[in-house]
Amino acid sequence: MRKKEKTLDQSKGQRDLLVILKEAEDKFGYLSGKCLTEIAESLGLSISEVYGVATFYSFFSTKPQGKHIIRICKSLPCFLKSNQTIIEFVKKELGIRPGETTPDGKFSFQLTNCIGACDGAPAMMINNDVFTDLNPGKISKILRSCK
Amino acid sequence: MPEKQIVLRNCGIIDPKRIATYLERDGFKALKKAKDEITPDGVIAEIKASGLRGRGGAGFPCGLKWELARKSPGDRKYVICNADEGEVGTFKDRYILERDPFTLVEAMAIAGYAIGSNKGYIYLRGEYHYLIDLLTNAINQTKELGFLQHFDIDIYEGAGAYVCGEESALMDSIEGKRGEVRYRPPFPPTKGLWEEPTIINNVETLMNIPQIILNGAQWFSQLGTERSKGTKVFSVAGDVKRPGVYELVLGSHLRELVEGLALAERIKMVQIGGATGRVIPYEMIDTPLAFETILGAGAITVFGEDRDIIDTIYRTMEFLAEESCGKCTPCREGTEVMLEILGRFSRGEGAEKDIKILQELSSVMMLASLCGLGQAAPNPVMDSLQYFRSAYNNRMRKEIKAGVMR
Repeated sequence: MRKKEKTLDQSKGQRDLLVILKEAEDKFGYLSGKCLTEIAESLGLSISEVYGVATFYSFFSTKPQGKHIIRICKSLPCFLKSNQTIIEFVKKELGIRPGETTPDGKFSFQLTNCIGACDGAPAMMINNDVFTDLNPGKISKILRSCK
Repeated sequence: MPEKQIVLRNCGIIDPKRIATYLERDGFKALKKAKDEITPDGVIAEIKASGLRGRGGAGFPCGLKWELARKSPGDRKYVICNADEGEVGTFKDRYILERDPFTLVEAMAIAGYAIGSNKGYIYLRGEYHYLIDLLTNAINQTKELGFLQHFDIDIYEGAGAYVCGEESALMDSIEGKRGEVRYRPPFPPTKGLWEEPTIINNVETLMNIPQIILNGAQWFSQLGTERSKGTKVFSVAGDVKRPGVYELVLGSHLRELVEGLALAERIKMVQIGGATGRVIPYEMIDTPLAFETILGAGAITVFGEDRDIIDTIYRTMEFLAEESCGKCTPCREGTEVMLEILGRFSRGEGAEKDIKILQELSSVMMLASLCGLGQAAPNPVMDSLQYFRSAYNNRMRKEIKAGVMR
């Protein structure tokens, strides 16, 4: 009976895990080892379990991220609309490669899979906002507006 | 066959922020009719008779799914709307949610009434975070008018994982776990979310429900082909002049969609159903779009004459290898090996024996993978080998072609 109760508790803790990870990611900008340990303890889950979930989803990061996370879509519909030009332009403009963060912590730059904006390809996201029909001039303006 | 709007009938007409505009378009009349005039079993019988099949790609009969869930014992049952639209080249559900969230809410309430559930979830992909306010607003306005008295809807946000569009991975994700695929059986209508009976329907499938209830199964089933009733919403992108969302009666020809509506010219091939879909050459442009032939979730990516087929297939496999959840070996390892081989071809270093390995690997993956991702991952490879074999032959290393091992 005791064992059964424990299992139930665990599933209740587990249930909240994704939501809590998301809140932590939003608040701290990434999920540090310390943060994951604390979450595991508070939910009664093992650290490995929490780490496993945190690293499964591409929107979570265990490394510090920039204030603005740029995700350029690399999938085929955007590729057909010359997303390579966009990727090269952002690389040059920010001086970093995909997967990196600018030294001032302002921008992180990633390539992502289809974001469901193929009718406005090439497209990208900055944090939760979507930008479509991109060209270097447009990106330049968008990047300047990021403070 | 013509364009016809059932799913998109309110898109661009109602104000997605104001329920009053939805009420003017027969909003919530179907829910009222279902509850006042039809029993839950009657609703299910109507959906079964309509012939509505799942629009997320698998095409499972919707009414049968509901019936299984209704008959499964259990006090708590769940209705899940799959809004984790992640298939490459698909954006129809985004288009629908942006323009008509109310029909979805009404449909979920009807589903809840039919299977005996008082709890629904909309699993929204993290990339569509910007739709949360609009959806929340639609749910709240519906509540305020008293249409959700016995049914509660929560929005659950994904966090960037393609495989979570697969129903069992989706449920694991709602349970706060890694979105890994489950072994089946048991199937969700018997044991789904938290092991309770659960139905999971695509956004577009649900959008059909209110109209079927209002107009009757017969009205719906006279549209389409023998085994594909109603309409299908397609997302068309790639080398076309007018990318966008189009709704056609099932059985319409691909040519009508890509040339007639999206204004594509000089087509080399079309990828239907995204990364796990089919690749067909221009010669097959008159193929009807239906469950009997080719359909998927409705992603249509058009490739012009100067596009490189090997590069396309390589990029497709790169996506699948990245998004494989890793639980089963055929998919996890198979997609990686295929990617490696396709990489050789794209560098002009392919070999005849590589083709044989691709074929053998395909049959293993199709047979032994746990879910649709692994089972369908070889599709683009096999299709391209069938229709564009010369593209592979041209990328073989000369000395290997002659049979010399490296």
